[in-house]
Amino acid sequence: MTAWLVRRLAASIAIVFLVVTLTFILMDVAPGVPMIGPEERIVDSAARAVIRHQLGLDGPLHVRYVSYLRELARGNLGISFPLHRPVADALADAIPNTLLLAGAALLLDFLLGLGLGVYQALRVHRLPDVLLGNATLFLYSVPTFWLGLILLLVFGAWLGWFPVAGMSDPILCPTVSSLYCAMDRLWHLVLPALTLGLVGAAGTARFQRAAMLEVARQDYIRTARAKGVPERRVVLRHQLRNALLPFITLFGLAFPFLLTGAVLIETIFAWPGMGRLATDAILRRDYPVVNASVLLASTMVVAGNLLADVLLAVADPRLRVRETT
Amino acid sequence: MTLRAWLALMVALGLAAWVVAAVRRRSAAHESGRRFFRHPTAAWGLGVLAFFVIVAVAAPLVTPYNPCIQLDIVGLKNQAPSWSHPLGTDLYSRDVWCRMAFGARVSLTVGALGMLVAVTIGATVGAVAGYYRQWVDAVLMRGVDVGLALPRLFVLLLAVALWEHLSLAVLVLVMGLTSWFGTSRLVRAEVLSLRERDFVAAARALGAGPARIIFRHVLPNAAAPIIVSAALGIGNVLLLEASLSFLGIGVPPPAPSWGNMIADGAPNLATAPWTTLFPGLAIALVVMALNAVGDALREALDPRQEAT
Repeated sequence: MTAWLVRRLAASIAIVFLVVTLTFILMDVAPGVPMIGPEERIVDSAARAVIRHQLGLDGPLHVRYVSYLRELARGNLGISFPLHRPVADALADAIPNTLLLAGAALLLDFLLGLGLGVYQALRVHRLPDVLLGNATLFLYSVPTFWLGLILLLVFGAWLGWFPVAGMSDPILCPTVSSLYCAMDRLWHLVLPALTLGLVGAAGTARFQRAAMLEVARQDYIRTARAKGVPERRVVLRHQLRNALLPFITLFGLAFPFLLTGAVLIETIFAWPGMGRLATDAILRRDYPVVNASVLLASTMVVAGNLLADVLLAVADPRLRVRETT
Repeated sequence: MTLRAWLALMVALGLAAWVVAAVRRRSAAHESGRRFFRHPTAAWGLGVLAFFVIVAVAAPLVTPYNPCIQLDIVGLKNQAPSWSHPLGTDLYSRDVWCRMAFGARVSLTVGALGMLVAVTIGATVGAVAGYYRQWVDAVLMRGVDVGLALPRLFVLLLAVALWEHLSLAVLVLVMGLTSWFGTSRLVRAEVLSLRERDFVAAARALGAGPARIIFRHVLPNAAAPIIVSAALGIGNVLLLEASLSFLGIGVPPPAPSWGNMIADGAPNLATAPWTTLFPGLAIALVVMALNAVGDALREALDPRQEAT
């Protein structure tokens, strides 16, 4: 188990390293100059050279790459070109916001998704299952940002129940009590979290229903019923427990979302999180921020996979035996 | 909307129903065909797909106007749905139904071609990795790990934003190039077991080279996961195109695609919700249909799996 963990850890670090290197090279090959963007045609070559020098973009690729890695090893992510501030500060501002939104969305996703999936599997091919099956198929097939727009229209603009943008009331919030602010924040959180959570829950429910039905056909379920285990116990202890194993993989896949956020939903609801920071950085050619967000995102993906594998090995003794032999 | 367009639309609906009936009749001869139609929503899915394909092909027949023409910028701006404009008009007084019909051409083509790129690469990489195993497998699958670790929307954003003015062909290519990782894993798993089968040993004994074995013997037998992931892949690319269009880097206007119609409509959501609502519904319908057909195909082609 330890040797396997060490091997997986080494492979994970190698993958993150490769991704970071690829991004660095990709941005170097791409045409265009940071900050100048489309106007680069107007700027004469001398001025462009000065700008490139100031931004530390001149010199051969390998020299800049090595110095980038050296700074990275020291924990220095660089300074954002257009934001005029250290990348680490920009990340520190955005990550808590994304954590809040993504955490709320994932909570809704998993609670609702698991509940619906199990409920459907216990009523399989009956009316509730068919209705919920169609509903989840619809939500699963809808473009997430479109659903966000429609919810915004109905609950924000028409009914006026929820605010249409931002994280909190910009005028009142800094002046009045912090309790009001906390409530206000939750109030702003509802629509974006609901959008992401519903779409996620639809996928989770479909997945969990399939997992439950898959387990229901196994021999040990029939054995349990045959030896007279009460139905409730069969469902909870024998069926659900085994059907939760594939869910761990799903959790591992969703894990990176906690820090990378949702690009489009954050844009629609004007939520100042990681997704928007990264998108803006790409569109503005803010290379240090792009590098940092790609580093963060790929680390989270790899960590999520690793976490899922470890959790699976802990939860499923069969896997542990296979890994050690 | 003219009488001729309404009639053509009716014909298109009838034609879609006829296609479903014809497919059902022809497939009834096979066990897998009957299994396909036993899926509760397979026939509906097929019908929806047939309808949208017919509308896309016959777009000039089922619509009275040019999709880019501004009918009357003063009088017909942001009109609600009515008999003459069944899905309303947008900010520039363009007919939403016309744009949706012509947008179906762009969106469905982008989806199908993007999927084709993705599935071709995915199947080839998966088959090669599964067939050769050892270091080839290790290198290719670590590459797939890297690909899956890269956030896809970021990569696409990078590619599209850094190289300005991507042509539609390059956009499709880039979307395909970032969508094949899942398929390659599926195909690899299938090939790993297929390569041990007797018919592969027989082909090898007859002197067939690796390329021939992979493409003539192994891949055709791995058709089931490939076809299913192709059906699901189109929907994936459709949703991706919509996301990119929303960020303003998808199919460039004024050519309509369902994605950039949603994006165009979004700023006027409160005054003209139909410009956003209908293209989104079209995407949802097509992706739902593709998911239903994909599920049904999986059950039809792989009887080991119980209905899900």
